[in-house]
Amino acid sequence: MNTSKLFALAAGALVAFAGLTQAAEPLLINGAGSTFDLPAFSKWFDAYAKLDPNTRFNYQSIGSGGGQRQLLNETVDFGASDAPMTDEAMAKGPGKILHLPVVAGGVAIIYNLPGNPKLKLDGATLADIFLGKVAKWNDARIAALNPGVKLPDMEIIVVHRSDGSGTTFIFTDYLSSVSPAWKSQVGKDVSVKWPTGLGGKGSEGVAGQVKQLPGAIGYAELAYANQNKMPYADVKNAAGSFVSPSPESVSAALATATIPDDFRFSMVNPPGEKAYPIAGASWILVYQHQKKADHGEKLAGFLKWAVTEGQKLSAQLDYAPLPENVQQRVLKLVGTIKY
Amino acid sequence: MPDVATTVPKSAPGEHHLTQHKFGDHAFKWLTLFMALSVFALIGLIGYELAHGSTLALKKFGWRFLVSSDWDPVSEQFGALPFIFGTLVSSLIALVIAVPLSVASAVFLTEMAPRWLRQPLTIFIELLSAVPSVILGLWGIFVMVPWLRVHLFPWLKSTLGFLPLFQGPIYGVSMLAGGIILAIMIIPIITSVSREIIRSVPGLQREAAYALGATRWEVTRIAVLSYAKKGLFGATILGLGRALGETMAVTMVIGNRPEIAKSLFAPGYTLASVVANEFTEATTDLYLHALFELGLVLLGVTILVNALAQLLLKTLGGPGVKGQR
Repeated sequence: MNTSKLFALAAGALVAFAGLTQAAEPLLINGAGSTFDLPAFSKWFDAYAKLDPNTRFNYQSIGSGGGQRQLLNETVDFGASDAPMTDEAMAKGPGKILHLPVVAGGVAIIYNLPGNPKLKLDGATLADIFLGKVAKWNDARIAALNPGVKLPDMEIIVVHRSDGSGTTFIFTDYLSSVSPAWKSQVGKDVSVKWPTGLGGKGSEGVAGQVKQLPGAIGYAELAYANQNKMPYADVKNAAGSFVSPSPESVSAALATATIPDDFRFSMVNPPGEKAYPIAGASWILVYQHQKKADHGEKLAGFLKWAVTEGQKLSAQLDYAPLPENVQQRVLKLVGTIKY
Repeated sequence: MPDVATTVPKSAPGEHHLTQHKFGDHAFKWLTLFMALSVFALIGLIGYELAHGSTLALKKFGWRFLVSSDWDPVSEQFGALPFIFGTLVSSLIALVIAVPLSVASAVFLTEMAPRWLRQPLTIFIELLSAVPSVILGLWGIFVMVPWLRVHLFPWLKSTLGFLPLFQGPIYGVSMLAGGIILAIMIIPIITSVSREIIRSVPGLQREAAYALGATRWEVTRIAVLSYAKKGLFGATILGLGRALGETMAVTMVIGNRPEIAKSLFAPGYTLASVVANEFTEATTDLYLHALFELGLVLLGVTILVNALAQLLLKTLGGPGVKGQR
């Protein structure tokens, strides 16, 4: 994440430099929000600059909450968030806010066990592990899901994010959907009151602790688990099959999730056979009525490109591209932006 | 401090040169007064902003905020007690480790080190303060914590395990790990301030002690350390100030669990860490205001601790930094 931040900074400096040297001042579109989206945005802004040299983007990855606030304060042209805004929050804005899903990602369950066996887990067991009710690796419930795997007599050490994170939102959203106990005791949010375990700062903190502590279990976005070559569990989905997280299985989840017209949806535990159940979308937030016509026009142009052509770049970054049917629906919503 | 005006000879009428002189003195006095007061204003402004940003939480929780252990963003119940506890305990651990190390290093550097060793050692110690906090934190996760978990902590548990402080499961990340990383961070400042203070102990003091037949240890203890103790205490307070507010490095190794545990092996949490962790993603107003209030509490704790330290300083005898002019 830090290197990508550095990259963004360097890109920003380049943009500023280019702006100085060019005779015609390019239009600058400002955005802020989710850190999860930053790698996708950096790639998109770079590719889009080649198509439209007169538009420049400036994105500050200050976190989803920050993105929502900046949008409400109208200090940015668009916000980005890993969690949809509540009705209450949206009512504070001066106009109607549109939620445009642009990328989706999976959350992998990473762990550290001697011999790195491939594990299979289901939602109820996972929730009870994170509630502290299943406390040993050789618990009968884990063993029943993993016949033939030799499970050690070892304490389970839960590791979770300590910083507010969209990844935590997706994960707790999933646990709430599969476990009534989790839903009533903990609930879902970007930060929650964890019943047990240690908090690691950032994906690197969680992955670092899971890597070091034998018996640890944690969660991290798929790209992070892949980059660190950490073993992750197959998770039982609503259709009853065990699925490994991948851009394809997350795309499958998106394709079968129930998506309302305002796109404020949760895609955890969708019914698809091949769908990975712990997945979530990330949204670009914009006002339907753009105050500055030129900004609105350029922004809409970019959004149309991002939800179609831009999606082809997503998979390289371990994001799940939006399926065709979702792309068409998002395009329609982008079409309603007025400027 | 005597009034500046009274120290300047009264100017007789017509003595142009002297009036000018007096004007310059006056201007300088007011300028420095303004500068000094602007520091007060700055702290006041920070306090005001923090209080202003936390009105919702102040209203909803009142004093309960300080004694509640609940921190639940989902049901919007907030309390600061585990964070206050974590901040104070981790800083205390840091002082316990850093002060003897720093003072001993300072004594060695000023009293005993051969000349060729002084400069390089000083540079090395000061280099420590140039390591960015986040780098230290990453080093903490990947190098220090595994070492602590495998070597130091099991040893502590087997030798001092009869104390509740050193019982319970060992995860590596812990209150103690947080205190140790803080100690590493405050050693340079305590050492360099202590070194300056020890250096300013008059040579006559030492010579007098030697003349009475004192050994080197006695000279250091009586003539140097005892003479400088107020200043050394001041150096410690400077280090404590840094420790209370340190964020990134601590967050990465302390385990981030809002809990009051007896064992130092258990994870903890600090005020600065929770603000850094949760501020960017806080979406609801009350949540944000609760985080602001944590900032206010941290400011309050820092001021309180410093005030207590000043009181303690008054009870210490001997000349302090002031007396060494």
